[in-house]
Amino acid sequence: MLPFVPDWSLQQKGPFDQRRHQAKVKEALSRQLGDLITEENIIRSQRGQTIKVPIRSLQQFKFRFDPWPSQRVGQSQAVPRVGDRLGRLPENARASDQGERASEIPGVDYVETELTFEDVEEMLFRELGLPYLENKPIARVVQPEWIFKDIARRGLMGNLDKRRSLRANILRHAREGHPGLGRWMPQDLRFKTWVPEEVPEQNAVVVAMRDISGSMGDFKKKMARLFAFWMLGFLKSQYQQVEVVFLVHHTQAREVSEQEFFELGESGGTKVSSVYELCEEVLGERYPHAYWNIYPIHFSDGDNWSDADNRRTLESIQRILTVANVLGYAEIREGGYSSTLMSQFSKLIHPRFKIVTISRSQDLYLALKTFFPRQEEGATDG
Amino acid sequence: MAKTYPDDHTIWQLAVAHGLQPCPVIFEPVPASVLYEHAAYLIPGRMAHWSFGKQYQLLKTRYDYGLGKLYEMVVNTNPAYAFLLASNSSLENTLIRCHVMGHVDFFQANQAFSHTPKNMIDVVGHHADRIRRYEFQYGKNVVEYFLDNVLAIEEHVDWDRPARHVDRPVAIVQTTPEKPIRPGYEDLSPATRAPSKSSPSRPLPHPTFDLLGFLMTASDGLEDWQRDIIGMVREEMRYLWPQLRTKIMNEGWATYWHLRLMREISLADDDWVDFARMHASVVAPQEFQVNPYALGSRIFESIWQKGGDEALFLAREVEEDTSFLRNHLSPELVQAMHLFVAGREDQEIFVQTVDGRAVRDLLVHDLIHGGIPLISVDDGDFHHRGELLLRHHHDGSALDIRYAEEALRHVYRLWGRPVHLDTVVAERRVRLSCDQDEVTKATL
Repeated sequence: MLPFVPDWSLQQKGPFDQRRHQAKVKEALSRQLGDLITEENIIRSQRGQTIKVPIRSLQQFKFRFDPWPSQRVGQSQAVPRVGDRLGRLPENARASDQGERASEIPGVDYVETELTFEDVEEMLFRELGLPYLENKPIARVVQPEWIFKDIARRGLMGNLDKRRSLRANILRHAREGHPGLGRWMPQDLRFKTWVPEEVPEQNAVVVAMRDISGSMGDFKKKMARLFAFWMLGFLKSQYQQVEVVFLVHHTQAREVSEQEFFELGESGGTKVSSVYELCEEVLGERYPHAYWNIYPIHFSDGDNWSDADNRRTLESIQRILTVANVLGYAEIREGGYSSTLMSQFSKLIHPRFKIVTISRSQDLYLALKTFFPRQEEGATDG
Repeated sequence: MAKTYPDDHTIWQLAVAHGLQPCPVIFEPVPASVLYEHAAYLIPGRMAHWSFGKQYQLLKTRYDYGLGKLYEMVVNTNPAYAFLLASNSSLENTLIRCHVMGHVDFFQANQAFSHTPKNMIDVVGHHADRIRRYEFQYGKNVVEYFLDNVLAIEEHVDWDRPARHVDRPVAIVQTTPEKPIRPGYEDLSPATRAPSKSSPSRPLPHPTFDLLGFLMTASDGLEDWQRDIIGMVREEMRYLWPQLRTKIMNEGWATYWHLRLMREISLADDDWVDFARMHASVVAPQEFQVNPYALGSRIFESIWQKGGDEALFLAREVEEDTSFLRNHLSPELVQAMHLFVAGREDQEIFVQTVDGRAVRDLLVHDLIHGGIPLISVDDGDFHHRGELLLRHHHDGSALDIRYAEEALRHVYRLWGRPVHLDTVVAERRVRLSCDQDEVTKATL
C-alpha cells in the first residue's frame, strides 16, 4: 500500500492572510500619501531606487511594557565582569527615549515597507485628473490612430483574416455544389485592413505662476516647488499634449524656463496683477481657448503691495475665467493671518476658480487634489 | 551501510521508560510554509486575521533568508500533534522527536495546563467557521475591524481562575439566521430573543482581571455575534496562557529530555558530532536576552543533580516560570551560566551586576504575568455614567504609554463610553482617558 501523502500545497491560510495584511499596508500607505509626497528623500531618490517607509497604522497596539527597560538580564560567552561594555542601544530605543520620534519608530513593532518613487507616483496620479477637460476641435498636432476596421481581398499575409477566409472558401465550394472546406484559391483570402482616424485631441496648457518676491521664505519656496514638481510629473505622465508655460513675478512678471522657474529666488516687492496680465497676454497670443484647455495656477504668499492692485488682479482673473477651464490660486503661508489678496479672492465665487491655503506640508496633497480632482469617466466627455 | 534511526514509536517507548507521560503523538513532516503557518497561528486551523498573516510573513521571510529556523511545532492536544520540517535530516528529526516528547509530557503533567481542553484544534476550527459565517452575514471588513479591537486586548482574560465560566451567547449561531425557527414562537428561541442591549452596566463587587469576559457580558452596545467573537478569542487565549507562563520551563524540559533521550540511542560517530553541534546551537547564548532553552535545561539538570528523578518530576509538575526560577535558580547557576544584569548609561549598555540574587530577582520580575501588564477592571459604572475604569497594577515597570493610549482606543470601541486607565508614570499616578478618539492624560 502506498503511504498517504497529503497535498500540503492546498494549505494556504497563511499566504491568504499575508495578502490581506499586505493589502492593508497598501491602504495605509495611500492614507499617508500626504506625508509621502513631501518626503524629501522620495523626491530626491532616483527612479528605480527604493526607499524605506515606516508604516504606522499596522502596528498592533496592546497594553505592554516599555520595550526598552532600564535593566535587562543578559548572558555572555565569557565570564561577565561589572563594567563590561556590551554595546550601544539600538537606534529605535534611543529614539523612544527622547519621546519625539517615538510616534514614528516605536521600537520593535513597526513594519517597514520598501517603496519606489514609481509606487508613490502611481498612487498619487491615480487620484488626480484634469478637470473640465474638453475636446478641442482642431488639434495642433494631428495624431492619427490606425484602426483595423475594414476587410480587403488583397493585403499583407500577416494581416490575413483566417475566419473570414475560411468562410469565403466554404461559401465558394457550396456555390459550386461541394459543401465543405475545399481547395484554396487566391480569391478566398480576406485581409484585415486599416484606416487612419483622427482622434479628437485634448490639448491642454498649464500656466504655472510663481511669486519670487522677497517675502517668499524657505518653506514657501519649498512648497511651491514641490507642488510644481508633482504637478508637472503628473501632467507629463498622463497627458501627451500638455504644454506648460512658466511665469514668475515680483513687481514685474516675465516668462522663464522650467529650470529657472524652480531655481529663481529674488527680492523686492510684490505686484500680483502683473503676472495675471502677462498670463492673459500669453494666452491671447499663443493659446486661444478654442483650441486649448487652459489651466493657470498661481503660487504666492498673498503679500500684495496695495489694495488697488488686488482689485486690478481680480479684474484680470475674471477675464481669465472666461477662457480658463480651471484657475487655481495656492496661498502658501506660515502664520495664521489671512492675506489681503486672499480676502479679495474669497469674495469671488466661481466653480472654476479654486483657492487653497498651504500652511503645513500635509496641505500639499490636499491642494493637489483640489486643483486636479479625479473625475469619473464620462464626466470629462461632456 | 545505511544508517538507521529509531521510529516514532520506539522514541515514545523510550520516553515512557524514563518516566515521561506523553499522550500519543502524531508526527507530521510538513513543508516549511505549513510549519510556519501553524507557528504563526499557534493553533492549526485558527480563525483568519491579517495579524496572523503578518506574523506568518515575518517567520517565513526570516526562514527564507536563513535568519531563523523553527524545527518543530507541537500542539497541546490529545493525541498531540507535532509538525516537523520535512526537509530536516533523519538525525535532526530524531533529535526533534525526543524534544517533542518533553513538550508533550509537559502539556500532560504541568499544573498550569490542567484546565486546557485537549481537543483545541476542533474548537478553533469551529470558531473559524463561525467567524467565516459572521463575515458572510455582516461583512468581512466589519468583522475584521471588530477582531482588531478584541485581539488588541486578548491577553487580558484572567487565566488564574480556570473554574469560573462566563456564559456567552453561543446559541445565536444559526445556519439560516434570517429564518425564525417556527413562526409565532420566535420569542421562545434564544436565537431570536432580543439581544440584551438594555442591560445596564453594573458596578463591580470586586475588580476582575478578566477584561474580555467583562466586556463580553457587560458592554451595552454589542450585538450577540460580537459577544460571541469576544468569547471565542477569550477561550483561545485562556488555552494559550499556560504556555506564556511556562516558556522557560517548557523549552527547558524539552531540551533537557532531548539530551537525555538521545544519549540512549546508538548513533554513528559522525552523527554524534552533528548532534552535539545541533544541541550547542539550541542552547547558545543570545545577545541581550536569556535563551530559555539553555536556562531551563540547566536548571532542570541542577535539580536532578541535587534530588534525582523525584525532584525533577516534582518541579516539572508544580512550578511555573516565576516559581521555577525563584526556587531553583541558585547563585552558583547564575555564575556558571555567565548571567548578568545589564543597564545603560547614556546610550551605552554595561554589565551592572553579576550578583546571583539580583539576576534572579530581575528575571522573575520580568516574567510576572508572562511579561504582560496586569490590568484589572475596577468599575463598570465609573462617574455613575457607565464609564469604564481600568487599573494597571504597577510593579515597577512602566507601561509603553503610546501603546497604552492606542490600546485604550480599542477598549473604547468595545465599551462604547469613556474608558480610563490608571497607571504610574515616573512615580506619579496618572490616568489616561479615552473619549471618542481623544486620549487625555491627567496626573492624579
